[in-house]
Amino acid sequence: MGREELQRVFLALKQLVESQPVIQRCRLWGKILGTQSNYIVAEAECKEWEDEEEEKIGDEAAEEEEREAETREGDENEIDPLPQSTYKPPPLVPKEAMGTGANKFVYYVCKEPGLPWVKLPSVSPAQITVARQIRKFFSGRLDSPVNSYPPFPGNEGNYLRAQIARISAGTQVSPQGFFQTGEEEGDEEDEAPRDSYDVNPDFEGISVAEMVESLSTWVHHIQHILQQGRCTWVNLAVKREEDQNEDGEAEETEEEPDEPEQEVGPPLLTPLSQDAEIFNTPPWTTKMSSTLTSQHAAAVLRSNLWPGAYAYACGKKFENIYVGWGLKDVGEGYSPPLPPLPQKEYPSGPEITEAQDPSVEEEQVLEEALDEQEAEQEELDDTDEGELLDDD
Amino acid sequence: MDSQTLYFSLELVAGSGHILNIEQRTALQTSLMILRKNYKFGRVLFWGKILGLKEDYFIAQGRGEDELKDKKNLYSFNCMDWFLLPPATNCLINEVSKAARGRFIGDPSHVYERVLRIHLEDDEEHEEVVKVSEENRLAVTIHWIDEEASVVPRGAFIKNPHGIVQMNRSFCGLSDSEARKLDSFLHFREPRNQKESILGMCELNQTIDFLDVLSDDIPKGSWSLQFECARKVCVLRSLLWLGLTFYHVPVTPHNGYIYIGNGYRNLDLNFML
Repeated sequence: MGREELQRVFLALKQLVESQPVIQRCRLWGKILGTQSNYIVAEAECKEWEDEEEEKIGDEAAEEEEREAETREGDENEIDPLPQSTYKPPPLVPKEAMGTGANKFVYYVCKEPGLPWVKLPSVSPAQITVARQIRKFFSGRLDSPVNSYPPFPGNEGNYLRAQIARISAGTQVSPQGFFQTGEEEGDEEDEAPRDSYDVNPDFEGISVAEMVESLSTWVHHIQHILQQGRCTWVNLAVKREEDQNEDGEAEETEEEPDEPEQEVGPPLLTPLSQDAEIFNTPPWTTKMSSTLTSQHAAAVLRSNLWPGAYAYACGKKFENIYVGWGLKDVGEGYSPPLPPLPQKEYPSGPEITEAQDPSVEEEQVLEEALDEQEAEQEELDDTDEGELLDDD
Repeated sequence: MDSQTLYFSLELVAGSGHILNIEQRTALQTSLMILRKNYKFGRVLFWGKILGLKEDYFIAQGRGEDELKDKKNLYSFNCMDWFLLPPATNCLINEVSKAARGRFIGDPSHVYERVLRIHLEDDEEHEEVVKVSEENRLAVTIHWIDEEASVVPRGAFIKNPHGIVQMNRSFCGLSDSEARKLDSFLHFREPRNQKESILGMCELNQTIDFLDVLSDDIPKGSWSLQFECARKVCVLRSLLWLGLTFYHVPVTPHNGYIYIGNGYRNLDLNFML
C-alpha cells in the first residue's frame, strides 16, 4: 500500500486503540477490496470479553420452540392434526467462545482511514461452512445482504468476518521457533489440540537464505479450521440423543446416526512444507526482496491459494499482511453447489404403485393357461387313480 | 503507465495492494528510457507484472505513432534486461486458449502440452497434441487484457483525419462530476460496437468518441469505480481481470493503467456479483 495511505492507516489505528481501552494489542491485518468501497481491517486482542448477547437470543429461540410444541399439542385435541413434517434440521454447531479458536481476535473495520471503526461480530461455524461454498465480491457496505446459494446466515459483516477467519487460519505464518507452545501439556496425551502459544524468548533469527529456500522454516501460528467450522471439534451426536429423549412421544424412533468421526486438523505450529497442493500449484512462493543487496534483503512469502496474502521475515522481525479481494483461488472454475434432491413424498412400494389393468386378450390368454393347467392336473389325478387302480 | 510519470503514479495505484520496491523503480526508470531509444518508440509504458509461481514477469509496452495499432510488448525478470514478445496472431490465440492451463510458471521456455481428442464423423478419434510455450501464452494474455480491460478517459486520445490515433496534448482531465460516471471511460481497443442511432450520435464527437464505453460492458458491474487517497484520485478496478487498476486524477491530464496479477480471466464473475 502506498506511503501516504499507510501513514493515514497508522494514525487511524492509533485513534482506535485510544478510543477502546479494552484493546490490549492491535495490528493492521490488511485491506479487503470491494466493488463500491474497501475495508481496512485491524486485528485486536482484548483483555476481557463482553457477555455475548447471543446467549439471550438462544434462550428466546428455545422458549419459542416450547411454545410451539404446546400449541401443537393443544391443536391435536381439537382438530385433526395436519401432517407434521418429520424433518429435523441438523443441529447447529455451537460457536466458539470469545478468545479461543476462530474467535481469538476481534476485528475492526473502517472504510477509509479517518472514518470511525466498526467492530465485526464474532464468527459462527455455520457461517464458515457456507463461506467455503460461495464466491462473492464484497460491496463495501457492512449491512448489505449476501445473495447466494446456499443462503448465507448473516449479512456482509458476517461474511467479511468469516473470510477474515479463513484467511488468517490459512495464511498467518511465522518463522519456526518464534512461537513455542505452552509447556503445561507436556504430560497429557495429545488429544486436546494446542491452542496457545507464547513468544519464544530464545529465538534467534533464521538466515534469510534459509527462509527462502525451504518452506519448513515457516510455521502456521493460527489454528486450522476444521470441516465443522470450528477449531476444536464438538461431538454433535451426544446432543442429538438428549433432544430425542426430551420430545420422545410424538417422534417415531429415528435411527441413531453413526458416531461421527472426530475431525482432526493439523496441530498448531505445523511447518508450511506440509501444506497441500491444489491443482498442481504449490501453495506458497518464496522470494528475496532484493537480489542485488542480499545482505539486507528480507525473505518474502506469497500465498498462491489466497492471492494477496504476504508474509515477510528479516532477522528477528516478521509480519503478515493481506491486501486483496478476500477470495480463495480455486483453480479452474467455481461451480455453485447443487440444490438437494427433492424429498420423496411417500415411500414407493407395491401397495400404492399403480399397475395396469390387464387387457381382454391378456385375460383370455390367462384363462386358457389356467384351463390347461387344470386339465393337466386332472389328467395327473386320473393317472394316479388309474395307477392305484391298476396296482390293485 | 507512462514511464515519465512512473515515480508518482505508482503511489496512486498502490491502493490495490501492489507496489514496486525502490530498487525496481529505479531500475525501471533507466531501463525504460534505454528501451525507448533502442527501439525508437514514441513512448514507453510500464504495463505491469504477471506473477508466476517461480518468477514474476515485468512487462513494458512500447507505442509507436498509432497508439492503437503500433504496440510492442517486452518482458523482463529484473527490470533491466528486456526481451521482445511475439505479436499475438489469431492462430496463436487459438493455440493458447486450447493448451494453456494453470498458473504462469515463470519460465518462458516452459511448454504447455495438451492432448485433444477430435471425433471425426466416421467415428474415428484423432488425437491432436497442442503445444504452447509460456512466452506465447504471455503475449496472448497481454493481448487479451489490453482488448478487454485497458481504459482511457474520454478525450485523452484523438483520431486525426488520417485515422491515426494519438494522444491528445490538450486534454486537461475530466471534471469531478464526469469522473464519477462510468460513461466517461473508454476501452482502448478497436471499437467493436456498431454505431448507434443518429440521435445518440449527435452528442458524440467523432474525434474523441471512436472507442467503446465501459458502461456497455456485459455483465454490468464488472468495473469498480472508487475515489481513493482522501477522495482525490479516481480509481477503476476491473473485476473481470483481477489486478487491473486504472487511475485518473480529475482536472489534470494524469491517467494510466497497470495490471499486476496472475494473468487469469475471472470466469466466475457472474457468480460473484
